[in-house]
Amino acid sequence: MAEPFIQLRNIRKSFGDHVVLDGVDLSIYEGEITAIIGKSGGGKSVLLKHMIGLLKPDSGEILIKGKPLREFTKEEWRRFKRSLSYMFQSNALFDSMTVYENIALPLVERGGLSQAEIDERVMARMKQFELEDVTGKYPSQISGGMQKRVALARALVTDPKMILFDEPTTGLDPLRKNAVLNMIAHYQKAIGFTAVVVSHDIPDIFFISNRVAIIDNKKIPFQGTPIELEQSDSEIVWEFIHGQESLQDQLTGLHSKIEVERTLRQELERIGKFQDVFSVVLITVDSLERIREQMGYIAAQRIFQCLGMSLRDALGAAGYAARFGPDEILALLPHAGAEQAARIIDEIVGQCRKEKIMDPKSYPKVCVDFELKAAIVQVTERMAYQELIERLRKEQKVIAKMQCRPKGDGS
Amino acid sequence: MKDRAVGPFAFFAWWGRLFLGLLGELGAMAIFAMHGFLLIFTYPFQFKKIIQQVYFIGVKSVLIISLIGLFTGMVLGLQGYYTLVKFGSEGLLGAAVALSLIRELGPVLTALMIIGRAGSSMAAEIGIMRISEQIDALDTMDINPMRFLVAPRIAASIIVFPLLTALFDVIGIIGGYLTGVVQLGINSGIYFNRMYDSVVLEDVSGGFYKSLAFAFVVAVICCYQGYFTHMRPEGFGARGVSLATTSAVVLSCVSVLIVDYVLTSFLL
Repeated sequence: MAEPFIQLRNIRKSFGDHVVLDGVDLSIYEGEITAIIGKSGGGKSVLLKHMIGLLKPDSGEILIKGKPLREFTKEEWRRFKRSLSYMFQSNALFDSMTVYENIALPLVERGGLSQAEIDERVMARMKQFELEDVTGKYPSQISGGMQKRVALARALVTDPKMILFDEPTTGLDPLRKNAVLNMIAHYQKAIGFTAVVVSHDIPDIFFISNRVAIIDNKKIPFQGTPIELEQSDSEIVWEFIHGQESLQDQLTGLHSKIEVERTLRQELERIGKFQDVFSVVLITVDSLERIREQMGYIAAQRIFQCLGMSLRDALGAAGYAARFGPDEILALLPHAGAEQAARIIDEIVGQCRKEKIMDPKSYPKVCVDFELKAAIVQVTERMAYQELIERLRKEQKVIAKMQCRPKGDGS
Repeated sequence: MKDRAVGPFAFFAWWGRLFLGLLGELGAMAIFAMHGFLLIFTYPFQFKKIIQQVYFIGVKSVLIISLIGLFTGMVLGLQGYYTLVKFGSEGLLGAAVALSLIRELGPVLTALMIIGRAGSSMAAEIGIMRISEQIDALDTMDINPMRFLVAPRIAASIIVFPLLTALFDVIGIIGGYLTGVVQLGINSGIYFNRMYDSVVLEDVSGGFYKSLAFAFVVAVICCYQGYFTHMRPEGFGARGVSLATTSAVVLSCVSVLIVDYVLTSFLL
């Protein structure tokens, strides 16, 4: 791979006693979009500010095209800085200047351009970002989304080689959010600048970036292409990509898939060594996909949530349950035989009937028939994990049905 | 400084810390002042921004300075008359009013008024720019924030303070004339003749030097307080800006009076 444009080596930074970065290594390559994702307050902005010299690391080294930053002469640093733009999370527009003056400022202060040239370049950017109507207004007089666009226009007006975006989409509505990401991707291709984007927008940000770095616990545990990210089996990575699903799982009160999978594998290992028994249950909604398509997301989520929560209640603290597939829940019942597992399934069905998710009246306009299926495997001897899962999927039986029209209705 | 001394040394340690802190702050301010001052003369000159500041600090202060000058002169005329008449030398009123205005009251009161009007807003404006990351934004655009924000303000203050002081002096003298001559009936020829006799160029230039020194001190302190709003340990955000503004006003007022004393003792 080519030499990185910017390379951070073992960067440490703390504010007072509060350590923000502890040994961060990161490479930014020329002409690429690098996304930095991480929890808020995790030091993403601090990391970005190191790249532009707004903050100096306590220790570690920043290399720009292989040359350490501290060996830069004043003139070299100046030239490097002129080729950068930074877009602040808070936009940092000059609030006592008009929109036009804000965008023109970098050009005016840099000198070397005539008023007409400045005018032309500023107006071109304003047009691009649909800001012609607010030329003479002050930042506080325009909406948050517009302010963001003014900040973007100001960052792009100098035709920089590299732009650092500090959460460019925070606080925008979904339409504008995609528009901004799209814009970054589009101009990046057209102009060819290097971009570093700090963002919360998972998964949208992956679609436009060439590289992704995750910052977590003061370090960068992962950096690579979005595809490498998706196929990574690291737990931290999984947590980040499935952030949205995990919210759904939290609503259903289920464990994480990784947790349950790990416990199940452990139990399968142990089963030969100790005389013990446990059961595994797989509950499926047939089909959640159809429910989602025809009755909507919320109905689908409610049904799944009800299953998850009643399962959690029935299991108590002893068992483990997690969303296994899009419409599957896998539960692990230690020290339980098949009969006990069957009782739990009955309980769940009872609970779901009580909460009326199996009642056609809950779905007044559009109603779709669906079935709940379950399979129980009592494990008494060693078997392979994959074999167990396959057996569960094969042995599924219908445990409850929802029919939109009562039987014998005729039609 | 983490090692806190205990027992009898705690007292000395406290003073030591205070003194070191103060020394550090003064040093930082001195560097800030020199840096800001030298940046005035870097190419390309920021004529437009300096003119804007001259307008803001100077032109907009004309009315208030005239008003204060007028009443200061008038009250000087009254007080001076009642004191001088006891010695039968009310003819010296013109000299008394002019000398106290030109040598002392003009520069000091003008400085205090500008601190209240423009110094506070300098600190607040720069402070808000600091906390809303606008200063960082300038930095990332390779615009030197010291040059962009501080230098024009120092330059404009140095231009404006002597001019406003002169205005203050003239209007004050007219104020003295109003009470002394028009109201209390001193001969106007005597009022101006005594003034002409007693005021020498050293008096005028002394006042001029003072106003130059005040300009520099006030602009530096107010800009410094705003510029380093974010470094204040006791307040962040809007509260930090309000504290910065307060200390800008208080510190510059105190400094003006201290500098006044020091300069007066050298100039006399």
